[in-house]
Amino acid sequence: MYTPHTPDEIGAMLEAVGVASLDELLRVPDAIALREAVELPPRCAEIEIAARFARHAERTTAGAYTSFLGAGAYRHYVPPVVGALAMRGEFLTSYTPYQAEVSQGYLQAIYEWQTYIALLTGLDVANASVYDGATALAEAAIMAVNATGRKGVLVSRAVHPNYRAVLRTYAEGLDLAVDELPYAADGRTDTSTVDAALAEQRYAAVVVQSPNVFGAIDALPPGVAGRVKATGTVVIAVVAEAMSLAALAAPATWGAEICAGEAQSFGNAIAYGGPHVGFIAATNAHLRRIPGRLVGRSVDVAGRPAYVLTLQAREQHIRREKATSNICTNQAHCALCATIYLAAMGKTGLRDCAALNVARTRELRDKVAALDGFSARFAAPVFNEVAVRVPGRARDVLRALEKASIIGGLELGRFYPELDDCILMTATEMTSSADVDRLVAALAEVPARAAARV
Amino acid sequence: MANGVPAGLLYSKEHEWVKLDGDVATVGITDYAQSSLGDIVYVELPRTGAQLTQFGSIGVVESVKAVSDIFTPVGGEVVGINDGLESDPAAVNRDPYGAGWFYTVRLNDVAQTSELLSPDAYERLISEA
Amino acid sequence: MPLPAFDTELIFESGREGRANRYLPDGPALDALLPADALRDDLPLPDNSELDVVRHFTRLSQKTFGIDTAFYPLGSCTMKYNPRINDAMANVPALRDVHPFAPDHAAQGALAIMWELERALASLFGMAAFSLNPAAGAHAELAALLIAKAYFARRGETQRNVVIVPDTAHGTNPASAAMVGYTVRSLKSDAHGRVDPDDMRAAAGDDTAVCMMTNPNTLGLFEPRIHEVADVVHAAGGLMYYDGANANALMGNTRPGDMGFDLMHLNLHKTFTIPHGGGGAGAGPVGVAAQLVEFLPTPVVRAYDASGDASATGWRETDGLTFALDFDRPSSIGPMRSFWSNFAHMVRALAYVYANGADGLATVSQLAVLNANYLRVGVRDVLDVPYDEVNRHEFVASAQSLKRETGVRALDLAKALLDRGYHAPTVYFPLIVPECLMIEPTETESKETLDRFVADLRDIVATARTDPQRVLETPVNTAVGRIDETRAARQPDLRWRPPAATP
Repeated sequence: MYTPHTPDEIGAMLEAVGVASLDELLRVPDAIALREAVELPPRCAEIEIAARFARHAERTTAGAYTSFLGAGAYRHYVPPVVGALAMRGEFLTSYTPYQAEVSQGYLQAIYEWQTYIALLTGLDVANASVYDGATALAEAAIMAVNATGRKGVLVSRAVHPNYRAVLRTYAEGLDLAVDELPYAADGRTDTSTVDAALAEQRYAAVVVQSPNVFGAIDALPPGVAGRVKATGTVVIAVVAEAMSLAALAAPATWGAEICAGEAQSFGNAIAYGGPHVGFIAATNAHLRRIPGRLVGRSVDVAGRPAYVLTLQAREQHIRREKATSNICTNQAHCALCATIYLAAMGKTGLRDCAALNVARTRELRDKVAALDGFSARFAAPVFNEVAVRVPGRARDVLRALEKASIIGGLELGRFYPELDDCILMTATEMTSSADVDRLVAALAEVPARAAARV
Repeated sequence: MANGVPAGLLYSKEHEWVKLDGDVATVGITDYAQSSLGDIVYVELPRTGAQLTQFGSIGVVESVKAVSDIFTPVGGEVVGINDGLESDPAAVNRDPYGAGWFYTVRLNDVAQTSELLSPDAYERLISEA
Repeated sequence: MPLPAFDTELIFESGREGRANRYLPDGPALDALLPADALRDDLPLPDNSELDVVRHFTRLSQKTFGIDTAFYPLGSCTMKYNPRINDAMANVPALRDVHPFAPDHAAQGALAIMWELERALASLFGMAAFSLNPAAGAHAELAALLIAKAYFARRGETQRNVVIVPDTAHGTNPASAAMVGYTVRSLKSDAHGRVDPDDMRAAAGDDTAVCMMTNPNTLGLFEPRIHEVADVVHAAGGLMYYDGANANALMGNTRPGDMGFDLMHLNLHKTFTIPHGGGGAGAGPVGVAAQLVEFLPTPVVRAYDASGDASATGWRETDGLTFALDFDRPSSIGPMRSFWSNFAHMVRALAYVYANGADGLATVSQLAVLNANYLRVGVRDVLDVPYDEVNRHEFVASAQSLKRETGVRALDLAKALLDRGYHAPTVYFPLIVPECLMIEPTETESKETLDRFVADLRDIVATARTDPQRVLETPVNTAVGRIDETRAARQPDLRWRPPAATP
């Protein structure tokens, strides 16, 4: 249906090419010809495609539950205007804007994205996007390694476990040491050992996430960033919940030189984990080490403002093995959705959204902690997620909640064995008070005998 | 100067020039090089104090569409770098043998300059290219 | 033609303090909820009315060229039509909103989609298994090289630290190799633009880890001795990696697995119609032969039927199967990204597979190849065609003679094509052909589109010969003319700054 050729046209074209048949055109040596039929689904008319996916949707029942999941992918209200604009065919079906004269629209949109990220993080410059927050961290670490020549990074254990795992995957390829900083009793990064750890100057970067995996606001305390920098070590801030940037102190203000994060919260669907959109922002000192594309503003032959991909000499298609990164395709369309979202929500909408997130999470924390046997595991102030300590094992409580059509959150014991009695619960502006009350009512039913830890 | 190749300098096959003053050498790229690269947008220079090995790759010259490695024509300690190139990389295009200089090196062995080309030899090299 | 002032206004410039929309109820004051020192002083973002946002981005889209606009023969990118049913399926609420940490039992449909696609790809390309984890082709290349590194480490062959890459390779190949600490050795293509097995015999040895190739190669030429090249690399103890950028040329015809490739990636945003979206998001499944399956990124999707683990069977209807994410993979290289896949794109790709079936995909490749050859014979008397023989889904032309005779280069032809309403082909890649134009029409273009394009290209070349200046001044019909890229790089202006801020 997507190939418009009629049999006559195929015949005429074969004749022009001077070949008798399509089979002859695609002849291959016997050694590599197809030996057996490929096993694929049957060919479907479009109505049948829709029926198949309706069935898949039926078997995806997560939407029937009230969910308190977050942990790196967040439920936020996306105004329909975002999709209405982002799905316009020119945006959707264009390629990388290498021919700038016919891509001014997309290039300007990316320039605006770069600006939004720079304004939100307080840093000088941001790139056109990377795959996600986890790979943004890996790329930021590589930037720091290139800046300092040191092949090690020191990462807080309160950084999202998936992000740390991806960092280790990349580190394996580059022979980088990845060491961890513990978290403290209050749920923030324990920075007491940082000075000693940096004394030998063998780390390229110190990495903290704020809000961290426990939802705790975890900016480096005053003075710490300065001491880190004095050892020539780069401060990298990770942001997994971009909505927090609308409320919390910008990473640059507490000492981050590079900020690596995830902007899915801005206008992008959760979609079972992807595509999302990573961002990297940095001070001007790191400009030439930034991976991926950068859009710059210049002028055309007539002196009109004009946008163009710039500093491309850093990228793979020119620099090849000496490129800052191998990244080619990025997450442009997701960045576009984020940009439109930020434009529509504006300062006022984002402030309100962030405040609603904080308020609802506080309500959740207070109401749940009021139940016997339940408490907030950590004392640090949180943005929109809270680690809740439950009686017995978290996994048993989660199972009980499912019977009440509630997905209570993330079982933290999955990544932190010492926290197997904790659930990470997330509340956003999509969470109603009624949802919180239902959760509380269901938790109150958790049998009292589970309060005795086995 | 014949064909734009200044006398009094030595040259490398990688299109760098060297001006010797006792045991200190000033290094830059030739007119041929700047012309081939096109508009230069950035030069990545070694740090002052860095120890260079002759013909090692020690920096980069970036133009809009291309990047070229700088293979230092001489080895030794870097004693000076042209800071002005940071804000005015175009100096390399305008005045490659003057304001567009890259860095100065205190040679660890003056004899190494015998590995370099005379102006005539360099001129032959570029006319054959 | 002067543009109205608002036409180039940034979204930051059109904003007005307090001109807010009301998507959410008013929020409480933040300083009542959190300590003051945790909060930001000020959020320097604009408020724009929804109408202004709509006009702003509508106008931007009108200054953007997509496949939906006109013919887009960008070689190596496979700019085929993106069917709208794919987006509609990705937007089905249950599939759009499911959280990656949802319990497996609540995500069976999502897992079924991933499993079905993976099985289809494995069969179509002759691999034992794919991982859908990587977010793009280059990301998959990185994963594949990490797999190779782990494989050789397991075998105690850590001296293998060289990746061999033909001189026609895409830039991501050596860039990916460098990210794994591999050294790159470039292999010169022979006079026919191919990799000669004898040249490979000289290059491959004890230090060879991986040879990265694509077939057809980046010149659009099929490598008929590919299996011999693979044999040479295997004899030297190395692995063969297939860059799947050109997969549109061989579906239903031959399979990388049968050619001898041990590792491969696909670009779903090329072959499988994921919209390019201005440069991403893409999706890059990485496929492996049997001995490498254990190293695949984590997690993988496992399928179970009444008799047990059915993960590795061929594609079949999934109603009777249950699915689970498997994180327990001790030999895995680890995850490449935070969650499991660019899932919304898996939905799109599977919809495309459903729409075609095996016969449909075979037709896709056949007609992609026919279209490219038809263009080649249409232009070969006005441009140099360095390899004037049956090509696959793309071919390479050169403006070298034209440049010598008129001063008009590949870049100028590209700009002139923009003026005629086309997107230009890829220019200056691959690097071994001077003044190169790489042209890939794809199978979704009609004969009349191709005929029109050929006529326009011939007309431009004719103009180059009679009035070259006109061509050198193009484009004149586009939103802007040629851009000062030197200034963009020398004085980087990469973001807007609020006027009051000190630079």
